[in-house]
Amino acid sequence: MTSSVESSSAQSNSHDDSQEGFRTPTNLTLMKYLQELPDAERPPNPLQQQYHTGRVPNSKAGDGKPRLLLMGQRRSGKSSISGVVFHKLPPAETLYIETTIRVKKESMHSFMDFQIWDFPGHLDYFDPAFDVDKIFDEIGALIWVIDAQDEYLDAINRLNATILNLQNSYPNINIEVFVHKVDGLSEDYKMDTFRDIIQRVQDELSDAGYENAPVSFYQTSIYDHSIFEAFSKVIQKLIPQLPTLESLLNSLCANCRIEKAYLFDVLSKIYIATDTSPTDIGSYEICSDYIDVVVDIGEIYGWERPNENGESESEIEETGGTDCESLITMERKGNNYLYLKEINKYLALVCLMGDDSPAEKKALIDYNVGVFQKALSQVFPFSNGTNATTT
Amino acid sequence: MNSGKRQKQRKVLLMGKSGAGKSSMRSIVFSNYVAKDVRRLGATIDVEHSNIKFMGNLMLNLWDCGGQDGFMENYLTHQREHVFSNVAVLIFVFDVESREFQSDLVDYSYIVQALGECSPQAKIFCLIHKMDLVTARLRLPLFEERIEFIRGSSEGFKDSVDFFATSIWDQSLYKAWTQIIYYLIPNASTIESLLQQLAEVIDARELILYERTTCLMVTHVTRGLEGQNPFTDRFERISSILKTHKQSMARHTGIPAGSANFAEMQIKTSRFMFFITRLTENTNLAASIPPSEQVFNAARVNILLARHRFAELDISNKPRAGLSHAYQRTSDDKELADIAAGYVGGKA
Repeated sequence: MTSSVESSSAQSNSHDDSQEGFRTPTNLTLMKYLQELPDAERPPNPLQQQYHTGRVPNSKAGDGKPRLLLMGQRRSGKSSISGVVFHKLPPAETLYIETTIRVKKESMHSFMDFQIWDFPGHLDYFDPAFDVDKIFDEIGALIWVIDAQDEYLDAINRLNATILNLQNSYPNINIEVFVHKVDGLSEDYKMDTFRDIIQRVQDELSDAGYENAPVSFYQTSIYDHSIFEAFSKVIQKLIPQLPTLESLLNSLCANCRIEKAYLFDVLSKIYIATDTSPTDIGSYEICSDYIDVVVDIGEIYGWERPNENGESESEIEETGGTDCESLITMERKGNNYLYLKEINKYLALVCLMGDDSPAEKKALIDYNVGVFQKALSQVFPFSNGTNATTT
Repeated sequence: MNSGKRQKQRKVLLMGKSGAGKSSMRSIVFSNYVAKDVRRLGATIDVEHSNIKFMGNLMLNLWDCGGQDGFMENYLTHQREHVFSNVAVLIFVFDVESREFQSDLVDYSYIVQALGECSPQAKIFCLIHKMDLVTARLRLPLFEERIEFIRGSSEGFKDSVDFFATSIWDQSLYKAWTQIIYYLIPNASTIESLLQQLAEVIDARELILYERTTCLMVTHVTRGLEGQNPFTDRFERISSILKTHKQSMARHTGIPAGSANFAEMQIKTSRFMFFITRLTENTNLAASIPPSEQVFNAARVNILLARHRFAELDISNKPRAGLSHAYQRTSDDKELADIAAGYVGGKA
């Protein structure tokens, strides 16, 4: 009866702090050139390392911050994307974003720290004035944004030039192409445009003798959830533990007869893993909306209460005590219901249940999610540590 | 208790200038529209009637009156008797952005006159709508200025008219409608005392009674420290959260938004426990309780037990009516004591 999830292969983060490419002062001149914000990128020092020990080492710099580059033609929507996804900017307000003139670097603090570099569209990075190595050396993914409502041939040419330039020196960079602003296109036209862009990029690359380029394509829009889903997939590629997470979620789903399980980053609402059953945007949206409900109600009633009848609300009780848990039962029998469990400070497990009645399975789910949580804390050993130190 | 207890149908007039946002408001509150969907609405021709069953014993007979000058004239002349008699509530919507506020006021004063003649007992709610279009800093002074003018033209209703600043883009709409509904509910005090009793038995920090389809708050009971909750707009906010969630569920399950109801929603955290569950045929009860599993489970059982009491309060269209009349004549305290006796102990 009590089937458990196995905590298998938790040691996938073996290539830990082996690569520690500290930046030299000469490197920093480029930084200054790119951006006159001296504290956006602090010179790394051994002390800073301490904060990041145990973090997922994705970038070669060893600071545990995989870097995402947002590039594309000007006015293609790069800054809007970073605003909507990482700053909770309402989509309608992105109209007022001004042209990006300097490289904007933003750090995200979440289950995994990462940086987003938002590049102005009008610069040519392969100009000798730029130190190409310093831009591309440590990035995890290059996100190329193409405005689907605009003339995109130029964008494709520049994209291909970039890919070809990069392929020799940095074959490991994931190239992610966002065919953006598709909300304004009709269904048919959208697909045609999407296919056309894929076709052109691949043809030109193979003409140039570069077969099977590591390029992925996504249709995105900031007015629905598609941009979050695309980002989720981009981020997932940068998580070395992804196979472990997926197999953990798979066995959880199989044992509890869960239809679909997502591991969400609560802050950005990006999912960092899901089980390997086919994903549709609908189930992502419903889970994402559900997080909103729980977070909002949590905000309303989670206010700091003065101590009631002398009972002290200690630190431990708040952070380490019971994690947030939530459950929705639908009225009509046989309909899906939703389950949410806070895994650690940043992550939440959201499950879409199958047709079985929840009442009899609740205990089983509780148990198995507990096992899953334990396994996850072995995969990401930092999570307990951060829970205790921060807040 | 209100005198209009046996009057099941209550006539509500929704009036205002053409384009003020009357129908948009109605579709959002009663027909599960999302704020951006209202762009699809066309002008209302003449009067659109809708009957909304609310809390069982309250039937709203909502008259959404098209606001174009031609119709307006018609209401005041040929249909004067027909439109303005037996009105329980007049909701008059002012567009805050209107360039002809003076002419809006003139229309308003004609309508108030007609209402004074035909149903002097009616209550007027004025909504200053589309507040989102005004810069946040200017909202309050502008609102107060408008109140002055409108009150000046309210004649016999000068002292009783209520004002709300609203916008369909935030929860202010729910706040206004909650007040309107609260005014219309005939047995609010009975419901409240029953809720109070229930809250004490289950040791709840707060109980909120929501109408099921509109997610409007009927009433709430707050105990102890929860009164200091910094989120004073929490009732409207939860209304709005529930409504959004309902739409999201409907979109992805393919169930029409009207019936995409959850049977229960629970949220447990280390600081509070919260759940919403069905109470009667058309109400949901939201409870915020201290973070303890025992209290939580006892509360759920007790609400289950209390259900039939609340169901009796709803004078539904079934033959139960007679019974509930009998109930209302007996003294409240005795009845409540009976209920309390039926509860399961809340604390271990």
